[in-house]
Amino acid sequence: MNILVCVSPVPDTTTKITFVDNNTKFNTEGVQFIINPYDELALTRALELTEKHGGEVTVITVGTAGTEPVIRKALAIGAAKAIRVNCDPVDSLHTAQAIHSAISNESFDLIFTGRESIDYNSGQVAGLLAELLGMGLLNIVTSIEVEGSDVIATRDIDGGKEKVSHPLPCVASAQKDLCEPRIPNMRGIMQARTKQLNVVEYADAYNDTEYLSYDLPPAKGAVKLIDPANAGELIDLLRSEKKLI
Amino acid sequence: MIAVYIERENGRAKKSSLEALSYAKNLAVKNSAQSIAIVAGGEVPSDLGDAGADAIVHVTDGNLNEFTPEGHATAISEVCKQKGVTTLIMAGTYAGKILAPICSVKLKAGCVTGVVSEPDLSNGFVVRKSCFSNKAFTMVNVKSDRKVLSLIPNSFEVGSFGLTPSVESISVSTSVLTKSLEVDKVKGKIPLTEAELVVSAGRGMKGPENWGMIEELADILGAATACSKPVADLDWRPHGEHVGQTGITIKPNLYIAIGISGAIQHLAGVSSSKVICVINTDPEAPFFKVADYGIVGDAFEVVPKLIERARQLKGL
Repeated sequence: MNILVCVSPVPDTTTKITFVDNNTKFNTEGVQFIINPYDELALTRALELTEKHGGEVTVITVGTAGTEPVIRKALAIGAAKAIRVNCDPVDSLHTAQAIHSAISNESFDLIFTGRESIDYNSGQVAGLLAELLGMGLLNIVTSIEVEGSDVIATRDIDGGKEKVSHPLPCVASAQKDLCEPRIPNMRGIMQARTKQLNVVEYADAYNDTEYLSYDLPPAKGAVKLIDPANAGELIDLLRSEKKLI
Repeated sequence: MIAVYIERENGRAKKSSLEALSYAKNLAVKNSAQSIAIVAGGEVPSDLGDAGADAIVHVTDGNLNEFTPEGHATAISEVCKQKGVTTLIMAGTYAGKILAPICSVKLKAGCVTGVVSEPDLSNGFVVRKSCFSNKAFTMVNVKSDRKVLSLIPNSFEVGSFGLTPSVESISVSTSVLTKSLEVDKVKGKIPLTEAELVVSAGRGMKGPENWGMIEELADILGAATACSKPVADLDWRPHGEHVGQTGITIKPNLYIAIGISGAIQHLAGVSSSKVICVINTDPEAPFFKVADYGIVGDAFEVVPKLIERARQLKGL
């Protein structure tokens, strides 16, 4: 089975978020970009599935040449080849359309994304792409197996989990617990340098939304400290000052 | 027309859906438009008029009684097309997370998820959205004629509009490929994402055997329990309780963090909580910087005092 994994480069989880150009752009200076952690899980699980059922894993990233180190890392983890759609994505729909266009001549049994990227947190690409492709979606899955022509997955639902089956092909989005992410070994890193990375253009950009400006959460006032010997006072304050209890 | 997708739990509308409904009604008033509550399958819950529904559309089809994304997305989108809906609103629950983008493609609508503000209509249609895992916000303009928004639960009030909506039944035929094999819901506990009060604990608790007092405090307060990543990784607590950047993001009215230092990844998942209380032995713990109330002390001495006082106040 052939699996496509959509990989988004995101700022490292420890990045201090700041903005430039009058708060209209994310400040990328000194920022280390990594594979979006949920996409890394999707990639690892895709590799496990192809090791069991045959086939290969292709990764796709929508982004400018600056995203190639992240793509090489995905190849080092074990993807067979990569596609980079050469444009700077403006929003989720733009990203999904670019992926849709780039794979129009290919067929995949399963398409994986992460449940959301940790920068824009929109969690839309899986749903948008599934609908553009006319495929079903298994969103936010913590386990996924292939049985014959079906996928059996466990997805998060409000207040619990649901085990579902869905025929292939379909789109799935990875949630934490799906697997343990793989760390690339030296051999993988060496091989990644020569693996195929196709660059395709996408010019028909159409986006419905525009990000106008950014801001940081308002700073909190000073913490009100309570004497541990009289800790019960916290409960009283939560009742009298905050009306919470 | 402004439409809202209503989710139910045990026959009642979920609070997050009622928040979305009141949000929609407020927007409808600004636009001199009507609000429609869309109920797919099952029975129509009773409290929709009070939360702001001018009208209710009940979509019926055998496939809709159980939730599937393809079934419910088709039902919602058909209603939106028939009724000339310009803006579709839903709560950002797990169901909303999957439905919003699918419906947006079906309706050729611009979609924004994670919305935390009412739209500013003075120059376009601009909403505030959470981004960078709650470390920042962004203002997004939706340029398309049709719009789909999903709202972060617990960001908006449920109004009391006292309306008496008409109920119209519409039959939509849907085809469903997803088969539900097994549902495993945590029984008797408050789901973390819907909880208004959360008691959370970390490695400072020293071991899973010490969680009794955390659960007791949560129980008395009517709160859900949560934990930090190391605790989930050590299997002291189930992964479903892990809040933080790679776990669940929550926005309760009250978050009590016990024995959690407040690493940036943890804060990302909880920093939008309205009131944060931190109990930690280390006065330098970064969590105190974002806390409203803090107690520098040992959880094993502090928590029993909180339990005692909470019992007294609650008359338990």
